[in-house]
Amino acid sequence: MAIIEVRDLVKSYNGLPAVNGVSFSVEEGEIFGFLGPNGAGKTTTINILCTLLASDSGSSMVNGFDSMTEPHGVRSSIGLVFQEMTLDNELTAYENLKFHCYLYKMKRALTAQRIEELLAVVGLSDRKNDLVKKFSGGMKRRLEIARGLLHRPKVLFLDEPTLGLDPQTRRNVWEFIADLRAREGNTVFMTTHYMDEAEACDRIAIIDGGRIIACDTPENLKLSLRGDTISLETEDDAKACLELKEGLGLEPTMIKDGGLTLIVEHGEKEIPRILKGLSVGVRTVNLKRPTLDDVFLHMTGREIREDKNMNRNSRQPFRR
Amino acid sequence: MIVNNAVYVIVMREFKRFFRQRGRLLTTLVRPLLWLFIVGTGLSRLVAPVGDDGSGAGEYMQFLLPGVIGMTILFSSIFSTMSVVWDREFGFLREMLVAPVSRLTIVVGKLLSGTALSLFQGMMLLIVAPFIGVEIGLGQVIAMVFLVSLVSFSLTAFGLFIAAHLKSLEGFNVIMNFIILPMFFLSGALYPVEHLPTPLKLVTYINPLSYGVDAFKHVLLPGGGRLSAEFPLILDIIFVSVFAAVMMALSARAFSKRG
Repeated sequence: MAIIEVRDLVKSYNGLPAVNGVSFSVEEGEIFGFLGPNGAGKTTTINILCTLLASDSGSSMVNGFDSMTEPHGVRSSIGLVFQEMTLDNELTAYENLKFHCYLYKMKRALTAQRIEELLAVVGLSDRKNDLVKKFSGGMKRRLEIARGLLHRPKVLFLDEPTLGLDPQTRRNVWEFIADLRAREGNTVFMTTHYMDEAEACDRIAIIDGGRIIACDTPENLKLSLRGDTISLETEDDAKACLELKEGLGLEPTMIKDGGLTLIVEHGEKEIPRILKGLSVGVRTVNLKRPTLDDVFLHMTGREIREDKNMNRNSRQPFRR
Repeated sequence: MIVNNAVYVIVMREFKRFFRQRGRLLTTLVRPLLWLFIVGTGLSRLVAPVGDDGSGAGEYMQFLLPGVIGMTILFSSIFSTMSVVWDREFGFLREMLVAPVSRLTIVVGKLLSGTALSLFQGMMLLIVAPFIGVEIGLGQVIAMVFLVSLVSFSLTAFGLFIAAHLKSLEGFNVIMNFIILPMFFLSGALYPVEHLPTPLKLVTYINPLSYGVDAFKHVLLPGGGRLSAEFPLILDIIFVSVFAAVMMALSARAFSKRG
């Protein structure tokens, strides 16, 4: 059975649908990504799954518990890292983690060891007695992720886990998440609007305007586009063009300024075949694979980061 | 009552925060003393002129003590519940809301921590009692622990009810000026309520702090006279208890709602 199962989820704010009939499922142990621009409904979906928000209609199950009717079961099964910081700045790193252990009713005897273990994993052991307000953004993030994992949740929810972090820290956080999954074996559900992060997921759902428009592995999503583009510069483009058509059955296009392009399904397999099949000299070969950016553009007709000048910190509506 | 690990840790957190914020600690200890010794000294000459033999010098200051204790509890209780708004603004509230604990646990945790902090601050003021001529014995201290706890609890529940509806800290100023200060001024803390004009007097009758301060007067100023308690003690206790129960129920309900 899937660990997360969402069917026809709908949630509106003042008559405007934020989530408009979303369905998907996540298998145990997967890293599942929710990719979409700001305001697409990612955070609203997460908040409903995590029992912070009531949906208008539809169902969502996490670890076999209904988010609406069995919030306790859901809450015990999940760990959460929100977009914004949710640490207590006036407490130390250790105290923040300890607070969490009590809140989740963890066995007293196990807590100290578990805290130390996770502090070591996130590389904060030597700072454990410092007040969190002295931490940098990246350290706080790591501490939050550690906290989200303390009670060994079945599913770790990460809402834009690298938002507002510098590229170096982002990479560290990301490596850390992948590493953790390998170590703890839990399911990771994350939202992002960074393509490179989505690439690293096992499967992603592309969400736009409150609807899921595609859901598959990054590889398959890219394959669903027309394919890879190979560009060639040769000694004699006309002759090369003819040889490619007649000898290899491809459909190259001559470019006015010189050179050829052709679209194939598996570029990396075609290149050796092309090079072998041509009798004219080849000066350069260039392979361009479609990116998730291209997938998003293709599916929605616009770039994911058109709205990047929007206020990224604008909060999603949320109530108690 | 639900007292478990989660309640314990919520209370501990509030205590840690309180004692770490030096400014807050100092303010809560110094502000009542300013009222007592500066406002009290200034007004005492006006309210109770000193006789030739020096009598009546401290009378108004003694009268102020129950009121200032009430004020301290009021400010402390409301301020500690503002940590809910603070937590919401800085995200920490979510850490508690997604935990597998009931909303009632969070409410109880905040109630107990607010009550305990107010009790601590209110009782600290009893230390100055002997210096201004208010005699207190063990019996009075015990009575005060009970009454201060009760009043602190009711005001914390009231603050929690407000905090549940405040979306940001900006609202705090409005609450301060339109609810907290009028509650203080119309509670009999600074002057007896019986001489107030009728409309204002009516407000004092629905103000829980009036009954709280009145109860303190019963214990601290048992002598009678024009500056002593104005309501029966039993009425004080009943009014404050009922108010506490209603506010607790309302705030528990406000917190259990989901958007």
